[in-house]
Amino acid sequence: MSFINYSSREINCKIVYYGPGLCGKTTNLQHIYRKTRPEAKGKMITLATETERTLFFDFLPLSLGDIKGFKTRFHLYTVPGQIFYDASRKLILKGVDGIVYVADSQVERMDANMESFDNMRINLDEQGYNLAEVPYVVQYNKRDLPNVVPVSELKKVLNVDGVPDFEAVAAEGAGVFETLKAVVKLVLIELKKSA
Amino acid sequence: MAQSSFVMFDEEYREISAVVDKLLRETNAKCVYLVDKDGQLISSTGDTHNIDATSLASLTAGNIAATGGLAKLIGEKEFSILFHEGEKDNLHISVVGQRVILVVIFDKRSSLGLVRLRVKKASEELGKSIQKLLARMDEGSDKESLLKEITDDDIERLFH
Repeated sequence: MSFINYSSREINCKIVYYGPGLCGKTTNLQHIYRKTRPEAKGKMITLATETERTLFFDFLPLSLGDIKGFKTRFHLYTVPGQIFYDASRKLILKGVDGIVYVADSQVERMDANMESFDNMRINLDEQGYNLAEVPYVVQYNKRDLPNVVPVSELKKVLNVDGVPDFEAVAAEGAGVFETLKAVVKLVLIELKKSA
Repeated sequence: MAQSSFVMFDEEYREISAVVDKLLRETNAKCVYLVDKDGQLISSTGDTHNIDATSLASLTAGNIAATGGLAKLIGEKEFSILFHEGEKDNLHISVVGQRVILVVIFDKRSSLGLVRLRVKKASEELGKSIQKLLARMDEGSDKESLLKEITDDDIERLFH
């Protein structure tokens, strides 16, 4: 749920990175953190296990400039991708304004991608959202690996709604900002529409 | 979308800030924060300069969300108060009006009993302001004008 503060003249929105375990959600945030000017970002919080798997969430606050004299701030969250953390994923989706669905392009992760996408739809539904009405984009990550599924195939399964989608190699930063820009735009357009 | 925006107006902000300031004085706390349940900071007062308020807001909301999940598991509606005791500083976290979270950070100059007592009183006042705010948000006229004025160019310009 976006938060418009007339007193501090800020528009705050929440974007969640969703996807199966090890697909690169945290890597997306880490790249954004590394490449953003210090004055435009806050501290990145990572609640992870000792083996660097996300336990609860990662959090990165970003400022993106002004609109009509209001500062725009985006709070980026990741969910824990591992199947058994479903209760935590539901909590993080609360109040979401936009979603980046990160898919792992490797052949052997297709089942995990589909399972995670269905899980996202179900969890959104439980929170009273309909995926078709939530601004979201899809990112096909790990395109540099040898055993990837062709994008045309990924689209058929993971982007039936025809939302903006992007190829990425998050570990090297390719496609990360394109994905972020697209979801930010969709969120702001939705905000405008809701008025 | 399931929910529309949460909007804070100047008038309610001043009311809320006054209550939060009073709570700080009356509890002799180090600082007090008011946070939206989605993790957005609404107001803060006291000795806040050493604390990253954005992180505090997001972690507090995560904390309340996780404890809320635990509450449901055992058949409770929610745990409305959380208390974390440290070596020097303590955190008192409470849910106000089911919508916002009040965080009081205090040390030995105050006490848990005093904080609990004053938080209870402040929560009643804050609850009224929040209700007023929610009613005003339902009318929605001010918010609409701002959002309607956003142009495609404004959105495009953010990225250049």
